Amino acid sequence: MSLFAKSFDRLKGALRKTRDILFTDVRTLFVPGRQINEQFLSELEERLLQADMGVGNTDRIIAEVRERWRLGKIRNADEARSVVREQMLSNWPPEARDLNFAPAGPTVILVAGVNGAGKTTSIAKLAWLLKEQMGKKVMLCASDTFRAGAVHQLSIWAERIGVEIVKHKQNADPAAVAYDACEAAKARGADVLIVDTAGRLPTQERLIRELVKIRDVCARRIEGAPHEALLVLDATTGQNAIQQAKVFGSAVAVTGIMLAKLDGTAKGGVVLAIRDQLKIPVKFMGLGETPEDIAPFDPQLYIKALFGEADLTEAMAR
Amino acid sequence: MLESLQTKFGDVFRGLSGRGRISEENIREAMRDVRTALLEADVNVKVVKDFTDKVQEKAIGQEVIRSLKPAELMVKIVYDELVELMGPVDTQIYYVQPPPTVIMMCGLQGSGKTTTCGKLAKFLVGKGHHPLLAAADLQRPAAVEQLRTLGEQVGVPVYTDDTKVAPHGQVQKGAAVAVCRAAIAQAKQTGRDVVILDTAGRLHIDDELMGELREINTQLKPHQVFLVLDAMSGQDAVNSAKAFNELLEVDGLILTKFDSDTRGGALLSAKLVTGKPVKFIGISEKPEGLEEFRPEGMAQRILGMGDIVGLVTEAMTKFDQDESARLQAKMEKGEFTLEDFMSQMGQVKKLGPMGKVMGMIPGMSQLTQQMNMQEGDVEKQMGRMRAIYDSMNRKERSKPDLLDGARRRRIARGAGVQHSEVSQFIKQFEMSRDMMRAVGGMGMMGKLKLMKHLMKGDLAGLGMPGGPMLKTKKSGYMEKKDRNKKKRR
Ligand SMILES: Nc1nc2c(ncn2[C@@H]2O[C@H](COP(=O)(O)OP(=O)(O)OP(=O)(O)O)[C@@H](O)[C@H]2O)c(=O)[nH]1
Ligand SMILES: [Mg+2]
Repeated sequence: MSLFAKSFDRLKGALRKTRDILFTDVRTLFVPGRQINEQFLSELEERLLQADMGVGNTDRIIAEVRERWRLGKIRNADEARSVVREQMLSNWPPEARDLNFAPAGPTVILVAGVNGAGKTTSIAKLAWLLKEQMGKKVMLCASDTFRAGAVHQLSIWAERIGVEIVKHKQNADPAAVAYDACEAAKARGADVLIVDTAGRLPTQERLIRELVKIRDVCARRIEGAPHEALLVLDATTGQNAIQQAKVFGSAVAVTGIMLAKLDGTAKGGVVLAIRDQLKIPVKFMGLGETPEDIAPFDPQLYIKALFGEADLTEAMAR
Repeated sequence: MLESLQTKFGDVFRGLSGRGRISEENIREAMRDVRTALLEADVNVKVVKDFTDKVQEKAIGQEVIRSLKPAELMVKIVYDELVELMGPVDTQIYYVQPPPTVIMMCGLQGSGKTTTCGKLAKFLVGKGHHPLLAAADLQRPAAVEQLRTLGEQVGVPVYTDDTKVAPHGQVQKGAAVAVCRAAIAQAKQTGRDVVILDTAGRLHIDDELMGELREINTQLKPHQVFLVLDAMSGQDAVNSAKAFNELLEVDGLILTKFDSDTRGGALLSAKLVTGKPVKFIGISEKPEGLEEFRPEGMAQRILGMGDIVGLVTEAMTKFDQDESARLQAKMEKGEFTLEDFMSQMGQVKKLGPMGKVMGMIPGMSQLTQQMNMQEGDVEKQMGRMRAIYDSMNRKERSKPDLLDGARRRRIARGAGVQHSEVSQFIKQFEMSRDMMRAVGGMGMMGKLKLMKHLMKGDLAGLGMPGGPMLKTKKSGYMEKKDRNKKKRR
């Protein structure tokens, strides 16, 4: 089974579970032949808000649906759904969602995010993807020297996946670990170096500066590094994700988002606003707790999943 | 936001109160602003709807329509309703006899359970208890080691059993129950009176892992179950909170990561959907970063501001009315003197320890802790300022511009302080005067702005003695500490 098919299968499985439990009303929302009326519009609005799409985006989309309905261009629920999809996609133009690799030498991927977002697990997933699916020689860097047990946690993943890791003691200078890791990556000819960092909040300026320092060390040791700066967002996060993207984005020039924990019932719809406002694309989805639970992000599929659509299977059969 | 809400309400109602009548339509319009504010704070959309319906009903039934200040009255109704929804407050932990009292933590992955376990243990030690931590998160790699380290940090023993750890993430049936059971037995043997069970994070739709929790719950019957939630959660918080509560009959909620800049509407959603009280909020990564919950500040925060109303009301009631009026009149004329400054200082002092005042602002308690350490310093500082003041002559007091280098040196000698302290005192006075001038003549909203300066740590703006001094001192203190402990946060 290809990586894609496999991942999509997981997504489908996860979403089906979700749908059965909580989204039974999706079917009543888009029941075939249902006519658009104010009641329908308010249910649709609620659905979008519930996915953490935010007031601004929701208002805009609902206004568009209402306008077309008023002008008599659309009448039923199915047509309304197409408008929603079209509106969301218009804000999600096709863009490069592949990883950016260094033309020569090690590619450095810096991973950052708030506490508990899923950074370390996402790194395990990326390492697995790069090693097993793309045949890369991967090395991990344990620059979270702050949180109790963090170094150990990453070491366990490194061992399970079978990749090298560079680590110092707990409480060591995280930038110094990055320094050593960059040197090791060059010396041992690693294709990709993934740097784990401690969780930090956008309000903690000093810790944000620490992150910048880690980034700078990478930039000085390896040309063009970090080639990717991934922000890990927890899909259960609400509107604060925008602030996270802003602060991390301006601190370390985030190149993409890994949206973790999409196997729950949360949809992480706030990424739409982040794409709008900050032009940061989502590159990967996290769909579980094991290294294989990763999939490249696909807006079409994501939007379908948002509505628990039956034709999801078709998209996955590709 | 509260301020901007009021401005918005003002816009909605403007011009109507004088001549025409305020209609229900106006109120409905104002409710749309409330709705946006709450949704942007991540309050669940269904909760928001109930809330706005209720407030609207109240507003229409109440005096708003006839009120001269409908905007202010609306804000009050919204605020009161929010506070009420977050109550009744119950931050008690209930202990059983004979001990040990067993507390189980549960929640989604990454919500902060393990860190909170350490904090709660420290909190309980502070209350004279002897807790034992139990490492029953057998799923996440190194979770056991994390708890062990935290236990060491706070000086609380941790029960661990590495042989029970899930080898490759596969759930081992019965392992978590066994760890919890053994921990409780150990607590009995060693005379620990509280056991805190750290469990693995799990999705509320994960049948296998939810089954594990149910097993612990039915077999060991923990006396209290706390659900740990991330304050930055969005709309889905209602779904997970509901699921955990239905399975385990949660006793209380703990909301973590309130030191972020989230507005924290998930707190309201989770409280309402479970009907369970919020016990604690987490306000830093450090072991002492756990605070008992109080709703007043939270209502403000969810609406988008610190505990402004509380501060203002308290300030209003404690400030001597006549004295304030006198100062106000002088300020309006722009003749704020050193005498007035000292009088104002006395007024501020009446508000109580600065630490308490700061503590009313959610998330500022870290600062309070630092300030508490310096509470004595503040007192000392005030004494020195008084001495400086006493060493001046009448002319200098009413005309501080006269204070040139020679006079300052004389005053410093008289007061027994450094020359620089005199200069700093005058600088504080000047800052305070400028601020007061800017504020003079302003109504309630002006004073609210003043309070915002306070939130930014701009203490001089309040005429707080030692404002800037305290600030430089504090940061100096923190830097030094930073240098010593490289990794301290
Ligand atoms: N269900 C699910 N759980 C996840 C996913 N990604 C991470 N997790 C879990 O979330 C929890 C926290 O993940 P970590 O990877 O440790 O998060 P982190 O951001 O590195 O955390 P800190 O380093 O403590 O800030 C763990 O229990 C993970 O197993 C995901 O996609 N789905
Ligand atoms: Mg981590």
